[in-house]
Amino acid sequence: METLAFSVFAVIAVISSALVVGQRNPMHSVMLLIVSFGALSGLYVLLDAPFTAVTQIIIYAGAIMVLFLFVVMLLNAGREFQPGDPAAVVIGTTGRRLGAVLSFLFGIQILWALSNVGVGWLGEGTTESVSSVRNIGRSLFTDHAFAFEVTSILILVAMVGAVVLARKER
Amino acid sequence: MVPLSYYLALSGVLFAIGTAGVFLRRNLITVMLSIEIMLNAVNLTFVAAGRYAGTVEGQIITFFVMTVAAAEAAVGLALVIALFRHRETLSPDAYTALKW
Repeated sequence: METLAFSVFAVIAVISSALVVGQRNPMHSVMLLIVSFGALSGLYVLLDAPFTAVTQIIIYAGAIMVLFLFVVMLLNAGREFQPGDPAAVVIGTTGRRLGAVLSFLFGIQILWALSNVGVGWLGEGTTESVSSVRNIGRSLFTDHAFAFEVTSILILVAMVGAVVLARKER
Repeated sequence: MVPLSYYLALSGVLFAIGTAGVFLRRNLITVMLSIEIMLNAVNLTFVAAGRYAGTVEGQIITFFVMTVAAAEAAVGLALVIALFRHRETLSPDAYTALKW
């Protein structure tokens, strides 16, 4: 049962991610990426991480993707730039072909590295649940309190930076 | 229980798809979306490894990755808007100069 659910979510995630890269319309790309995030959120639930699953939906699908949608609509860049040829993603210029070969090699490399990595120290996985929201909160506000506070400064800086960058120049 | 290697393989495939997007696409917004795919692949690795190690640390790191991704998206999209204002195009090939 769990394997079945994993397979379904994994297939949805891979297909929608591949379509994000394959789409020519950025609007469709954003929508498909939301589907991919939903599938990943399902995988987090399978991994006994409900808090991460919910934040995935709220932060990624809710906040970040809305930001992307705003920009796509604002720039009104519905179609892609280069003239014509829809098959150019695979059979394009030399640089493109090189990019395709490189990313394919990269995928092979990752799979090879993962097949060699030793995960024996992780064991078979514990059955008891450790990831209640209570445990996450305690760990976040005691062991990782400094990193948590620094994160707020990072977000403040990002906000100021975004405002400065996107401001209309006089 | 699904073996950890399944999750690692899925995450590797997702990361490779994101890399392919960065390499192949000629649209700044799609390139940023591909970066988000890669960040999510890494998040999946962290959560899966944390689950199989029986600790909560994987989810903590994922939390920080999400906040950094939010900051990155905000600044990156502001940059895209500023660039678009100058050149009226989203193709990264149009931006080859540091100053104009």
